[in-house]
Amino acid sequence: MRTAVLVFPGSNCDVDCYKAIEQTLGTPVEYVWHQETSLDGFDLILVPGGFSYGDYLRCGAIARFAPVMDAVKVAVERGAFVLGVCNGFQILLESGLLPGAMRKNTSLKFICQPQMLRVARNDLAFTAEYAVGEEINVPIAHGEGNYYCDEATLEELKANNQIVFTYAGTNPNGSVADIAGITNKQGNVVGMMPHPERAVSELLGSDGGKRMFTSVLNAWRERNGAVIG
Amino acid sequence: MLKAIVYVTIKENVLDPQGSAVQGALHKLGFPEANHVRIGKYMEITLDTNNEQEAAAKVQVMCEKLLANTVVEDYRFELVQTVEA
Repeated sequence: MRTAVLVFPGSNCDVDCYKAIEQTLGTPVEYVWHQETSLDGFDLILVPGGFSYGDYLRCGAIARFAPVMDAVKVAVERGAFVLGVCNGFQILLESGLLPGAMRKNTSLKFICQPQMLRVARNDLAFTAEYAVGEEINVPIAHGEGNYYCDEATLEELKANNQIVFTYAGTNPNGSVADIAGITNKQGNVVGMMPHPERAVSELLGSDGGKRMFTSVLNAWRERNGAVIG
Repeated sequence: MLKAIVYVTIKENVLDPQGSAVQGALHKLGFPEANHVRIGKYMEITLDTNNEQEAAAKVQVMCEKLLANTVVEDYRFELVQTVEA
């Protein structure tokens, strides 16, 4: 499985994503600059957190027009796995690959803390190794993670089973329906505010995010009939 | 030349956390009559054209594509004539 970690000006979780793949899976991983126009040959695409283009105008609003985002759309259509974390999630929303938008946290504060999440479904490539209803500790670090979609879109998300993670306990940012992460209808694109790449080892405080990476590797192996990475 | 003045605000039916906080502050300052505070963005764009119809069509596309996220934001704009610099 070949992994691309996208890098925009202002990305700051790209190294975390790279290390999560390198040390958790040991499979090939490369940084891909935002000016690249092709993601051919990549099976997993990570859109990392940070402050792409300084979060100017809106989080992710300018990054979505980077040349590499056209390549992401092509990759999504061919079935590649795409995970957008934090600012990566915001970019996926702005690009229309996932529905909804982000607002400032209701507290108006930047929140950086360990966060318990509830896994809503485990029939996805990214979540197969979790149990439905399982609670995992994955940190959040954002000022604008207050997910919003209108009533009709929320009904559609529920009907299509597109909610992947919800916040367990107190909702930290005011998101609609306690949403922490969602997927597209096809299930190959996941966006989430919490940072699984920062939770891949007990040394980091939690390994609650590790199985997202091992799950997707297994999904790739099953898809390709491979026994190694 | 024309100048577009663009206003972007959070939609009426979407909670605006900044607007709520500012409204609370206004109430504390003794302005109980202040309600429905909405925080938005103001943008000025100088356009290299004098054709208002063409400019309006282009600014609308700019708003839809980039300047506003119509999932959560409304936009409106006006065009004013500017003196050549």
